Amino acid sequence: MSFSPEQEELRATVRSFLDRHSDEAAVRRLMETDDGYDPAVWNLMGTQLGLQGLYIPEEYGGSGFSFAELCLVLEEMGARLLCAPFFASAVLAASALLESDDEEAKKDLLPGIASGETIATLAYSNDSGQPDGAVTATSTPAGYTLDGSRHFVLDGALADLILVVACADAGPSLFAVEKGADGLTPTRLPTMDLTRKQADLTFDDTPARLIGAEGSADEVLQRVLQLACVALVNESVGGARAVLEQATTYAKERLQFGRPIGSFQAIKHRCADMLVAVEGSRSAAYHAATVAATGDGQLAVIASLAKSYVSEAYFSVAAENIQVHGGIGFTWEHPAHLYFKRAKSAELLFGDPISHRELLAQRFGL
Amino acid sequence: MSPEELTAAIDALLRDHPPATTDPHEFFAARFDAGLAWVWVDPSDGGSNAEPALQGLVEQRLTEAGAPVPGAYNPIGIGMCGPTLLTHGTPEQRARYLRPLYTGEEIWCQLFSEPSAGSDVAGLAARARRDGDDWILDGQKVWTSFAHLSHRGLILARTDPTVPKHNGITAFVVDMHAPGVDVRPLRQLTGDAEFNEVFFDGVRIPDGDRLGDVGAGWRVGTTTLMNERVSLGGAIATREEPGAGLLESYRVAAARGEGNPVRRDQAIQLWIEANVNYLTAVRAAAGGNRGKPGPEGSVLKLTSAEFNQRAAEFQNDLLGPAGALLPAHEMRRPTLPYGSMGIPSTQTTFLRSRANTIEGGTSEILRNILGERVLGLPGDVRVDKGVAWKDVPR
Repeated sequence: MSFSPEQEELRATVRSFLDRHSDEAAVRRLMETDDGYDPAVWNLMGTQLGLQGLYIPEEYGGSGFSFAELCLVLEEMGARLLCAPFFASAVLAASALLESDDEEAKKDLLPGIASGETIATLAYSNDSGQPDGAVTATSTPAGYTLDGSRHFVLDGALADLILVVACADAGPSLFAVEKGADGLTPTRLPTMDLTRKQADLTFDDTPARLIGAEGSADEVLQRVLQLACVALVNESVGGARAVLEQATTYAKERLQFGRPIGSFQAIKHRCADMLVAVEGSRSAAYHAATVAATGDGQLAVIASLAKSYVSEAYFSVAAENIQVHGGIGFTWEHPAHLYFKRAKSAELLFGDPISHRELLAQRFGL
Repeated sequence: MSPEELTAAIDALLRDHPPATTDPHEFFAARFDAGLAWVWVDPSDGGSNAEPALQGLVEQRLTEAGAPVPGAYNPIGIGMCGPTLLTHGTPEQRARYLRPLYTGEEIWCQLFSEPSAGSDVAGLAARARRDGDDWILDGQKVWTSFAHLSHRGLILARTDPTVPKHNGITAFVVDMHAPGVDVRPLRQLTGDAEFNEVFFDGVRIPDGDRLGDVGAGWRVGTTTLMNERVSLGGAIATREEPGAGLLESYRVAAARGEGNPVRRDQAIQLWIEANVNYLTAVRAAAGGNRGKPGPEGSVLKLTSAEFNQRAAEFQNDLLGPAGALLPAHEMRRPTLPYGSMGIPSTQTTFLRSRANTIEGGTSEILRNILGERVLGLPGDVRVDKGVAWKDVPR
């Protein structure tokens, strides 16, 4: 659970890239745009650093690192609130394809995702956030067509390639739909967290390509969502780290009653509790990343454990950061709210803390 | 000593003194003489001049062989006083005290806390004044574990009240059987008397039992406290299947018809917390091994203490109305080896857990330490800073 010198070097490289391209001004500029990312920076990420293909094997155009390196990169992106379709494309779509048993689709689709030329996403959720129903697939002599709608699709309005979970005759199956396909209508959703865009997608007789066997999506999706939780908690650790840093810096500088506010136990102990939450989050997230990378059988348990603990911890430290900053922390000008909103969107993505504790309780037979 | 030589020494120790048939005290003596007590120190101190990291190898091999654990026979001596003697003791003191401490022939206690100096240890008032080649000790200590079994005590006393509090303290080794030492059981809210009050009335300590320089006792005490936190924090890392007991307790209660969704979620929340603490302990150990101790260690004492309280209360409440019953009220005194009194009841464990956020540094002091030493926040309000101890209001 400790990082190698090579991993630390990767972290430093990503950090300095983000220092240049994802400072607060860039985040604020991009979050106000519809697509919420900078195509030039996205291209640099692909061509200079190869980040989009970091954990995609070399045979599919990637650099073949493990899931642990992907998590480490996400931690840094989370610290800087990078606005980009990275999570949708490099995490969700890439792992959906990698987990599918479809060699041809991997060869066709992964190289584009790995280079960043293709922005992809995964559409699995109904309007309750559950991966059930809502889209049906019909087999015709000309191929499959999809009907229905998927909700809360990350970067769904800008994606070139959408992997859709739809119900075929044999059960839930994975399909690929291209941007601009017949009958595909994306609707941008107004998100509280402007740094992470979502869309609803409706399909009306939309042509789609079956990925893997019909009825094989259940297992794939389960595993992809577990990996997504692990990736997201590592991203959250970065954000939690950043708000702790903001709060302590401010507590050392801000004077009230003639003293730095950080010298008062009321503030000092809040900051200590933030540190406790951040350190606990690191322990859970790093261990989850290791389990995801090594293919340990305990992934389902550690993914739910980490998702429940870390997403609550991130939300609490993001909220505490606002409190420590007082009035200034409640303004639009201060970055505290950007992290607070990112923390809330992370808490509700892929199952909230209570639903993951429910999963654990069921797994333990309670 | 190389790892190979150390392994050979372990093999020889186990061959010549089979743990199953050797008296524990004899085994510890042989282990000390073989240089396997604290491997990184000199042979005269019970070591082999080996790499400190090799201590883990020794502990692992001996545990696997079923060897007795010295810490169970002299917990404060092994965990805190021994390491302090190694750091601050003169060659004569180390030669006199280390071996019987290690073998458990002489049990040790640590005498820092006082009725008016708990979290503010440096505010202590027990007084030692010079009298020729001796010191005369007067005062009271409190919360002293194992004082009733101890032969020796490591004590901090005020030797100069005219300077600021940290500068006027000196450390001594005190003979717990000397005239003027009075140990009285301190009965706690559990009913047990794990701790003691210790009164000193004109107790003579030879200057040869002074540990460190006159007025330098705070440095000696800090060494002891750091070792205390390590031993408290380290305890959690060895636990197997963190939180499994909590889930089992809930299952049992649910089978009795006392399950409900709120308790079920509490069980899972506590299970998660237990695992996060465990993972932090593993991470702290990994950091320590690479020579880079991080903030995880300090975090651990705080979180595990607060977790223990919540977990103990949860277990107690799962008993239903029986959680309000206490099976035994008679006063018990700890004996050695530690743990020989058996497993306490759920209710007693619940009561005992209230001490977890006080002993070894209160949660408030630990939050100050995390805020100031880890996050670098400014110091707490200290009106006694730079003021002579005698002039501080108390």
